[in-house]
Amino acid sequence: MGLVLRAQDSTDGRPVQMADRLRADGKIYVVVAVLLTIFIGILAYVIRLDRKISRLEKK
Amino acid sequence: MLRKSWWKILCVILLTYTIVAGFLGAVPAKPILNETIRNLYFHVGMWFAMMVLFTVSGIYSVLYLRTGKPVHDIYALEYAKGGILFGCLGLVTGSIWARYTWGAFWSNDPKQLGAAIALLIYFAYLVLRNSMTDMDKRARIGAVYNIFAYAMLFPTIFIIPRMVDSLHPGGMGNPAMDTKDIDPRMELVFWPGAVPGWALLGVWITTLRIRVELLAEKKLSHA
Repeated sequence: MGLVLRAQDSTDGRPVQMADRLRADGKIYVVVAVLLTIFIGILAYVIRLDRKISRLEKK
Repeated sequence: MLRKSWWKILCVILLTYTIVAGFLGAVPAKPILNETIRNLYFHVGMWFAMMVLFTVSGIYSVLYLRTGKPVHDIYALEYAKGGILFGCLGLVTGSIWARYTWGAFWSNDPKQLGAAIALLIYFAYLVLRNSMTDMDKRARIGAVYNIFAYAMLFPTIFIIPRMVDSLHPGGMGNPAMDTKDIDPRMELVFWPGAVPGWALLGVWITTLRIRVELLAEKKLSHA
C-alpha cells in the first residue's frame, strides 16, 4: 500500500533521538526525584492549608 | 464531601504515578517531539482539569439561577477561578512546548489563539463581577455570563481549531486523540493517572478556597 511508518522511523530513515543516554547514566532518576520533590513540597503546603481550614471550621 | 480524605489521597497516588511512570515509562520515538511527547501527561492534563472545573462551575451557575442561594454562586465563582488557573498553566506549558517543537513560543496558531480567547472570556467574567456592587446582581448576571463563557469554550478550543490548518494535533479535521497521536503505553498513564490526578488536584485547591470563603461569610453574618 505504500509507506509503513513505524514508531522508530523519522522522515529521513535515521532512528529518532531519545534520551537513552540519560537513562543509561541513571540520570533519568534525578529528573524523577526533582519532580517528586517539587510535587511533595506543593502537596505539603496544600495539606497544611487543608488542616488549618479544618481547625478553623471546627471552632 | 469537601472535608473527606479519600479523594485527596487518591489524587496524591495518581499524580505520583503520573510523575514516575511519566518519565520512566516507555513512549514512542517520534521525530521533532522526541522525549517531549511525555508533556502529554502534564500539558494536556492541565486542559482536562480546566474542563472539569469549568463544567462544575457552569453547573453551579445554573443551580444559582434556579435557587438563588449564595453558596451556589460561591461555588461557581471559585470553580471558574480554578479553571482559569489550569487553563493559564495549559497555555503557558503549551507555549514552552511549542518553543522547542514549532520553533516559537507563539505562532498565532488557531489552537493557541482559540485557547487564549476562551481564557480572556473567562477573565471578563471576573471583571464583570467586580464591576457590580449589588451582591445579588453580581451573582445573577455573573451566572448568566458564566454559562455563556462555558459555551464559548467549544467553538474556540474544539471546533474552529480543528477545521483549519494547525500545527497543533487535531488540525484539519483529524481527531486530536487518535491512534496517530497517542499509543497504548501512554494511554495507560494518561487516562487512569494524569487526567483524574490533575482534575482532583484542581478540585482540591478549589474546595479549599470555597471553604475559606464560606468561613468568611459565616464570620460576617455572626459579627
